[in-house]
Amino acid sequence: MAKPRVSFHDFTSCEGCQLQVLNCEDELLGIVGAVDIVNFREAIDEKSDEYDIAFIEGAFTRESDRKRLEHIRKCAKIVVALGACACTGGLNVLKNFRGIDESMKKVYGEAASWYETSPALPIEAAIKVDVKINGCPIPKQEFLEVVKSVLAGRTPQIPDYPVCVECKLRENVCLFQKGEYCMGVVAKAGCNAWCPSYGGRCYACRGLITDFNKNAAKDVLAEYGLTLEQVMAEFRMFNGVFPVAEPPADGALKS
Amino acid sequence: MGKTLDINIHHLTRVEGHGNIIVRASDGKVEKCHLQIVETPRVFESMICGLSWRDTAMLTCRICGICSVGHTTASIQATDDAFGLKLTPEVLALRKLMLLAEEIQSHVLHVYFLAAPDALGAGSVLPLASSHPEVVKRALRMKKVGNVICDAVAGRHVHPIALVPGGFTHVPSKKDLKKVQDYILMLNDDVDATVETVAAIGGAFPKFEREREDVSLTHPDEYAFYNGQLKSSKTGVHDIHDYAKVIHEFCVEHSTSKHVRNVDACLAVGALSRFNNNAAQLNDRGQAAAKKLGLKAPCYNPYYNNLAQTVEIAHFYDEAVKLMDQIMKMDLTEATLAPNVTPKAGRGIGLTEVPRGLLVHDYTYDEKGVCTKANCIIPTGMNLANIDHDMQKYVPEVINTRTQDQIGHDLEMLVRSYDPCISCSVHLLKVDWV
Repeated sequence: MAKPRVSFHDFTSCEGCQLQVLNCEDELLGIVGAVDIVNFREAIDEKSDEYDIAFIEGAFTRESDRKRLEHIRKCAKIVVALGACACTGGLNVLKNFRGIDESMKKVYGEAASWYETSPALPIEAAIKVDVKINGCPIPKQEFLEVVKSVLAGRTPQIPDYPVCVECKLRENVCLFQKGEYCMGVVAKAGCNAWCPSYGGRCYACRGLITDFNKNAAKDVLAEYGLTLEQVMAEFRMFNGVFPVAEPPADGALKS
Repeated sequence: MGKTLDINIHHLTRVEGHGNIIVRASDGKVEKCHLQIVETPRVFESMICGLSWRDTAMLTCRICGICSVGHTTASIQATDDAFGLKLTPEVLALRKLMLLAEEIQSHVLHVYFLAAPDALGAGSVLPLASSHPEVVKRALRMKKVGNVICDAVAGRHVHPIALVPGGFTHVPSKKDLKKVQDYILMLNDDVDATVETVAAIGGAFPKFEREREDVSLTHPDEYAFYNGQLKSSKTGVHDIHDYAKVIHEFCVEHSTSKHVRNVDACLAVGALSRFNNNAAQLNDRGQAAAKKLGLKAPCYNPYYNNLAQTVEIAHFYDEAVKLMDQIMKMDLTEATLAPNVTPKAGRGIGLTEVPRGLLVHDYTYDEKGVCTKANCIIPTGMNLANIDHDMQKYVPEVINTRTQDQIGHDLEMLVRSYDPCISCSVHLLKVDWV
C-alpha cells in the first residue's frame, strides 16, 4: 500500500502548532517513515497538490484566502484543523471586538488601506473540517493520536469533558479554592490540565465542551459570586467566536 | 543587450511566515528587487489594549511560536519595568536558562533544518534523514534541549505557562532539574560535532559583503542576551529607554511588516550583529568555534549569519551548563520564585536578544494594570530593509555571471540566512492611542 501523502498549510497564526509537530523529536523519524510529507513550507521545499491528509494551521482572516482554503479542501481526503486559530479563530478573534478598521488604522496609520484584512474566523467558516486538534498550542500527544488514528482508519479518541476532570486527576489544588477562577468547568479537556498544573489559569484555549451543562456551571460560579458571562468575557482571548462571549457593556475587558 | 531577469518566488519555503522574492531587470539594469511580505496583518498592538497585565505576555508570546520564550521575556521585562518589580537571583537565573534554551533550540532548528539543506544540495531535512541519519538524529537531540528545559521550568516551550511578570507560578523540583542537567551534559560532544558539520559546509555560502549598521544589546559583564544597553556600531551605546532614538519605523507598500532604519537607510540585528558588537565577550568555547569557522568581527557577509548562529550554539551551550550548575545550588521555593505584583500606572520597556535579534516590547498601563498603549518591534521587521539593500547590491554584482535560476536560489539562501520569522514581524508598528 502506498504511504499516505500528508500536507501542512498555514494561515494567520504564530506557526507554533507546526513547531509542536517538530517538537515530537522522539517520534518524528517514525512519522516521516510512515507517511510522505509533501508540503511543509516551514521545513521543506516540495510543493504538491496531490495529498490525502491536509493539516491546516491558522485562522481565516482575509477573504482572498478563501480560494486557497477551498483548493486544499478539494485536494485532500481528510482536512485536520491544527490548533486554536484554525479551530475557533483563536486569539485573532480579539481584533473583531476592537473594530477592524480601527485596529488597522491604529497599527498602520495612513498606510492601513494598503493591506487587506477582514474579521478573524475559524477555517470552518470557509470549508468543511473533518478532525479538529484544539489548543494553543496543540498538545503533542493529541497530534500523535490523530496521526495514528487516521493511519489506522479509526476515529481519534478526543475527550469531550471538562478540564476540571483532568485537573482533579492530577491532584492540583483548585484555583477557585485559592480565590482565583478559571474556565476549567466548561473548557474542553485533552491537555491534561496543562496550565493549572503549572500555576496558570485555564483560558479554555481548546474551546468549550459540546452541550456543557450550563446550569451546573452557573451554580458552581454563583457559589463564588461570579456569572458565566463575566468569566467568558474575562477569558475571551480564545473564545471570541462563542456567542456567550459578548463584550461587556462598558466595552472594556475586566482586569 | 544586457540580461533580463524576472524572478518571482512565491511563498518562500523554509522560513517562518509568508514572503515572496521579486526581482525584475531588463537590459542588465535592475528595476525592482525586494522581499515582499504578504503575511496577513495581525494587529497585536490593537488586541493588547484593554488587557490586564496578567494577560499581556499571554497574548504577545503568541506573536510567534518559535520565539515564544523571547517574546514572553521581553513582555514581562516591560511589565516588571512599568511596575518597578524587583527580581530575586533565582527568578533571574531561571529566566536566563529558558532564554538560553530557546536560543539553542532555534539556532539548531535553523542551522540544521532550514539552512543546511541548501549547503548539502537538498530541498529539506527529509532526504538527509536517509543520507545523513546521524546528523539528523543529532539535530533532533540538540533541538530537544529547548523543550527539556522549558517543560521542566515553565510547563512548555511554545507559549510557556509559569514564566510571568515578577517571577514563576511553578516551582520546578530538584529531581526534574537534575534530569534537565543530565540531558544538557549529555549533549557535550554534539556541540563540537555541530561546529565540525557547519565548518565542513561553510564554503557553500556565497562570498558577498555589504557594510552595515549592527544593532544589538551589550552588557558589561557578559555576551549580552537577556538584558543590557542598546549598542549601534554607528551611533554607540544608548539606554534602552531611548530605543526610539535608534530604531525608526516606517511603512512600505510591499510589506505588511514595517521597515526600520537609524542613520543609514537600513540596519541589521541578529546573531551576526551580536557577534560583530560583542565577540570579545564570548566564552572559550564560543571563541574556539569562531576560530574553527573562520569568523572574525566585524563580518559583513550576511550569509555568515549561519556561522554566527553556530558560534552562539557553542557559547550559549557552555553558558547553560554553568548556569544550570548554579541553579542546582539555589534555594528554589515559592518564597524565592512566586511573583509578588502590585500594578501601578506607568510605562515599561523590555529589550531582549531573541534568536533572530533585538526585540522591543513597550507597554503603558493605567493604575489598575490595564494596558492602554503598546509597541512591539520584532527583529525580522528590523532586518527587512537590510535584506532589500543586500539583494539590491547582490543582483547587479552577479547579473552577468549567474543564471536566473542561480540568482533566485542565491536570494532564497540570502533571505533564509537572516532566519526570518515573518509571521512574527507582521503587526509591529507603533500604536498611538488617542
